[in-house]
Amino acid sequence: MGIEMNDVHVKDGVDSETVEAVKALSGTYKYGWNTEIEMEYAPKGLSEDIVRLISEKNNEPEWMLDWRLQAYKRWLELKEPNWAMVDYPSIDFQDQYYYARPKSMIEKPKSLDDVDPKLLETYKKLGIPLKEQALLAGVEAPDGERKVAVDAVFDSVSVGTTFQTELKKAGVIFCSFSEAVKDYPELVKKYLGTVVPVSDNYYATLNSAVFSDGSFIYIPEGVRCPMELSTYFRINAENTGQFERTLIIADKGSYVSYLEGCTAPKRDVAQLHAAVVELVILDDAEIKYSTVQNWYPGDENGKGGIYNFVTKRADCRGDRSKVMWTQVETGSAVTWKYPSCVLRGNDSQGEFYSIAIANNMQQADTGTKMVHLGKNTKSRIVSKGISAGKAQNTYRGLVSMHPKAKDSRNFTQCDSLLIGDKCGAHTVPYIEVKNNSSRVEHEATTSKVDDDQLFYCRSRGMGEEDAVALVVNGFCKEVLQALPMEFAMEAQQLVAISLEGSVG
Amino acid sequence: MLEIKNLHVQLEEEDKKILKGVNLSLEAGKVHAIMGPNGSGKSTLSYVLSGKKGYEVTAGSAHLEGNDLLAMAPEERAAAGLFLAFQYPVEIPGVGNMTFLRSAVNSQQKLRGEPEMTAGDFLKAVRAQAKNLKIESDMLKRPVNVGFSGGEKKRNEILQMAMLQPKMCILDETDSGLDVDAMKLVSQGVNALRDGNRTFLVITHYQRLLDHIKPDIVHIMAAGKIIKSGGPELALEVEKNGYANLLEETA
Repeated sequence: MGIEMNDVHVKDGVDSETVEAVKALSGTYKYGWNTEIEMEYAPKGLSEDIVRLISEKNNEPEWMLDWRLQAYKRWLELKEPNWAMVDYPSIDFQDQYYYARPKSMIEKPKSLDDVDPKLLETYKKLGIPLKEQALLAGVEAPDGERKVAVDAVFDSVSVGTTFQTELKKAGVIFCSFSEAVKDYPELVKKYLGTVVPVSDNYYATLNSAVFSDGSFIYIPEGVRCPMELSTYFRINAENTGQFERTLIIADKGSYVSYLEGCTAPKRDVAQLHAAVVELVILDDAEIKYSTVQNWYPGDENGKGGIYNFVTKRADCRGDRSKVMWTQVETGSAVTWKYPSCVLRGNDSQGEFYSIAIANNMQQADTGTKMVHLGKNTKSRIVSKGISAGKAQNTYRGLVSMHPKAKDSRNFTQCDSLLIGDKCGAHTVPYIEVKNNSSRVEHEATTSKVDDDQLFYCRSRGMGEEDAVALVVNGFCKEVLQALPMEFAMEAQQLVAISLEGSVG
Repeated sequence: MLEIKNLHVQLEEEDKKILKGVNLSLEAGKVHAIMGPNGSGKSTLSYVLSGKKGYEVTAGSAHLEGNDLLAMAPEERAAAGLFLAFQYPVEIPGVGNMTFLRSAVNSQQKLRGEPEMTAGDFLKAVRAQAKNLKIESDMLKRPVNVGFSGGEKKRNEILQMAMLQPKMCILDETDSGLDVDAMKLVSQGVNALRDGNRTFLVITHYQRLLDHIKPDIVHIMAAGKIIKSGGPELALEVEKNGYANLLEETA
């Protein structure tokens, strides 16, 4: 995260600080180092025993274990989907670890001060502030004091969550998923699996069986969450999958902005990441959910990297409820991800802003689903796909207007940018309209980074990679503007870094 | 300031020779004009000097204050003090004009190892220069050249030139697409930058621009060569008689 920046003020498009920051960073993947730490692993492979073991490690109640076992049984009956435009060697689900936690986390530390210094150092190195008072130190944010509460997830466990006391005063619950199962079982039971059912899809079902941790958020009725909430996911252990689960409930009239970030060390062997995120939004409530996904993308020959199979869905259950997904997808060898909105409440709104960058041998198949069920519902999709190297980038999106979704509207804008002549961009829109009062608009463009644009920038003194970063950031501007400012800075740099070596 | 010797250039993609031995010597502080018919190689000369891809230099040299221009990347040439005002300035969607300018100024300062301009000083400088060129603040916020009129694009080039303070300015048909008022404004902008040290190479078809930007020396270029050089009166001669006579003379 751009927390270490001295200036978090974001101006129009990309600004010079960004270009400067980009210059200061060297190497293509900044987060590829690994933390040497003693780990406790579950035995390799997946079986009912492993599911039971994960549940036991988390000290879960019986109902949670039953839920997992039901999912596991279901998963055994499912087939891995192959409709996405991604091509990868088949995954050996028995050749993975499904649970890995630092030994120092076996006894859960009482406070952040008791957390293993090696873990604290890891997050410090990643630029994630886990010390509450040190947060944004020295930064004069233009709109006064801004705080970000962080839940730090390391492999299979949550290391700690900041600002819990302060949030509790406002009635906000922000904790790790495993704590929520113990401390707020009624809330978890009421909402878990109601947005993404256990049987939803292959990876969601797998996640339901073996998820180890994640974040839980509850914003009570009428509360505007006093700070940004965020989760930072770090995969560190080798041959280990990360399966986290996030559940956010925005009760009537509440508001929360949530950010997630993710990184992993460089490894030669691909690793699996299959997360499930469920958002429940009740009457007049609003959730803003931003992601900067920067998992290790593999090397330029396609060796290693994270296989990222994620199911994210928001259920706008209440009338006039709102959700906004913003994602910057720069990492992972393979991305399979479609953050979706079920617009159930009347007058509910869903928005999806996406930047997906695929460089070298990366493959991304990403998009969204807007399912209009309620009357007068609105959705907006702005997708910017950038392909470079030999990468393939697919936008796949569904807009569905159900019979009762009278007078609903969708606007989709889907732009692809190609750098070089060995990459591909694909747009696959699915549109279903089952009433005659709704309106669906779809616009799509494909363009290339123009040599004349690059020459123009360079003739003014900018280096070639800065020029590409500037042009691409301009292309992504509408989406970058949708991000909270802490992330906008980071995202702009990431856009530049992920495209290093894409020209010349 | 700028020494061009026996410069031969052809297109990279096809075997087409464009410059066939250009010699030019520009002393510091002078304004040189190059006139010539279409296809004589004027724009190619400006592109080759600023480092555009697609051209192959088969012989000759170009030095800026003794530095070998042809061995430098385009951004290094810019940092060394070379500036090209484009005939067709390029649009960059989504990138604010001000952002672009700041990025350009900072990049050059960084390449030269100078401290960066503070945001405050930069803003002050841009506002002052924009005022001289009658550039509204709205135009500074809009994306670079997107939706700009012909006149706005050219004024924007001069604004960049004023902000970057180059030593050697090449103006490639800056008068094309300008009405009389816009040409005056642009010329005023250029003249304001004449300080006895800064050198200009003004490429144009027409004498009328040279009424506003008074040249010290005028060169006539045809078929990839400088065929005649002289004082400002040479431009008037071209205006009166066209290129035909000159071409015959040298043929």
